[in-house]
Amino acid sequence: MSTTKTKKTAEDLGVKRVYLESGLEVDPVYTASDTENSNSKNEMPGVYPFTRGIHPTMYRNKPFTIRQYAGFASPEETNERFQFLIKNGQSGLNVAFDLPTQCGLDSDDLRAFGEVGRVGMSIDTLHDFEIAFKNIDLDKITVSMTINGTAIILIAMYIAMAEKAGYDISTLRGTAQNDILKEFIGRGTWIFPVDKSVKLVVDTIEYCAKHVPKYSPVSVCGYHIRESGANPIQEMAYAFCIAKAYTDGALSRGITIDDFASRLSFNFDIYGNLFEQVAKFRGGRRLWAKIIREEYGAKKDSSCWLRMIAGGGGGGLTKEQPENNIVRSAYYALISALSGTQTMALCSYDEAYTIPTEHSAEISLRTMQIMIHEMGICDTVDPLGGSYYVEALTDKFEEEIKKEMKTVEKWDGIVNAVATGKIQESVSKQAYVREMGMQTGKVPKVGVNIYTREEEAKEVEFHPYNLDAANAQIGKLKTTKAARNAEKVKACLALVKQDAIDDKNLMPAIIAAVKEYCTVGEIVTAMKEVYGEFKEPIFF
Amino acid sequence: MKVLLSKPGLDGHDVGVKVLAHGLIDAGFQVVYTGLRKTIEEIVDIAVKNKVDIIGMSILSGTHLVLAQRMKEVLAERKLNIPWFVGGNIPAKDIEKLKKLGAHNAFATGSKVADVVNYFNSIKVKA
Repeated sequence: MSTTKTKKTAEDLGVKRVYLESGLEVDPVYTASDTENSNSKNEMPGVYPFTRGIHPTMYRNKPFTIRQYAGFASPEETNERFQFLIKNGQSGLNVAFDLPTQCGLDSDDLRAFGEVGRVGMSIDTLHDFEIAFKNIDLDKITVSMTINGTAIILIAMYIAMAEKAGYDISTLRGTAQNDILKEFIGRGTWIFPVDKSVKLVVDTIEYCAKHVPKYSPVSVCGYHIRESGANPIQEMAYAFCIAKAYTDGALSRGITIDDFASRLSFNFDIYGNLFEQVAKFRGGRRLWAKIIREEYGAKKDSSCWLRMIAGGGGGGLTKEQPENNIVRSAYYALISALSGTQTMALCSYDEAYTIPTEHSAEISLRTMQIMIHEMGICDTVDPLGGSYYVEALTDKFEEEIKKEMKTVEKWDGIVNAVATGKIQESVSKQAYVREMGMQTGKVPKVGVNIYTREEEAKEVEFHPYNLDAANAQIGKLKTTKAARNAEKVKACLALVKQDAIDDKNLMPAIIAAVKEYCTVGEIVTAMKEVYGEFKEPIFF
Repeated sequence: MKVLLSKPGLDGHDVGVKVLAHGLIDAGFQVVYTGLRKTIEEIVDIAVKNKVDIIGMSILSGTHLVLAQRMKEVLAERKLNIPWFVGGNIPAKDIEKLKKLGAHNAFATGSKVADVVNYFNSIKVKA
């Protein structure tokens, strides 16, 4: 019996046509005929190509990791927080850095005025790292650094700090975001030209593969690309193109795919249509596995795993009726779990207008815990597997992501597409269309353009700028600089510059420089003298 | 009417400023955009060079008062009388402070593109 004939279109059924954010049309009903030729028929979780999850049982033994984002102004405060976490049995922390540190400026730089310690920890020299990690057992805590433009310097500082403290760096763990290509598309903390920026990422990958093999040097972020206006297909496609660019760079240094691929992880966005997101992750996971095995010839299964943190979803939350964000975040958590994420982080419901309170942060945590302990989310792996709709959409997503990656190839690859502003242009146009859709009511948003109510405007709040703390940081920088061996500092910076000229891996020279307390700003300046700076293509 | 949209300071959030750029262009305005991480001096240079009628600054990192103060100083030093406005994560209580510093107007995140366009049309009539 053919089921195809019984399937009816929206027109047949007299209902309106429905399209996903990605532009794909949704049928009013899906049947067995939609999955007859499905790529994932008879697939098992934990088995290549991992559509249904990278592990055979996923969460039954161990639920996803909960990792909430936190920023602390000074190295001293960060140290206190570490001590507190360890005392309470926690083992990981995301570290945020202030914008001067992210953009390669020292705290006493005029351009840093008003920004020192504002959105995260301020780092000028290795001395700040030594304060932040004082009396911390690095074997017991894993540090995740949200750093990109200056990642090579901060990874060097982390390694130097560990070495000086007597750790064996061959077992040192930790992660860095270090995805510079997405910084050119969204977030904007680039420094050097695109090709040189990618070279620096590859330097960290090569150095870590050879000397710090347990360290995860890169987390590719589709997240920020989506937040900048990309649709879910583009989010995955651009992230995969970026990951491939780093992979190609690593291979060109003589690292094998099986040495590198399993250290690569991803950071994705989860807001929007539930089924679309789940299909995005399932289809994306299958496609990534195929890319790594079929294109790169990886032998190990773990190389083919799309390991991810799926959380946040800030773009979906609203300032209006903010309590609705608690409900939204619970759905986002469900999306993330149904998609087989490794790590989850949720935004606090009040993040759109204020500094999350302890109370709102606790609600985020409890949202995930309720799901784990009350909803049975961990009992069975890939519970949506086999759904006609989800399987059909999963296949569609695999196909569409692949197609979008081909488009990037037509733009002469991701590095060129970013350097010329092609991607930024397409993403920003979509952001405009999306925003206007929201403002005109074409895209329904509860509390914003439908079911609105008169409410008092929420007051946006910021941490008041702590001028005393900023001045203390500047004072500390002066003291540290005054105590240095000026000759050695000069020689170290000259070596960074020379190695840049000779196109060598800069990690050894930078590690040597930070050990002599060269500042982030000094090292960036030495590199700029050789590489120059990125000239932003003005597209909107 | 020619509008300069700018990103002063280190903040890299440019989705909003680019959305506004599209909105203003669709409403018939000419738009010049500076790109990220410009100093106030650089922004004023670009404004003069392009002979714009008004300068907009997009600031989301909370440094709007510091940067507005600097804008006031630079325009005074150069004896320029270009109107300027601010958009971004601006707390309501800071809008009056920004106006006291000389801002022609300030728009908090969540403002409608249509409202900003209407504001521009209203000052165009006056000019």
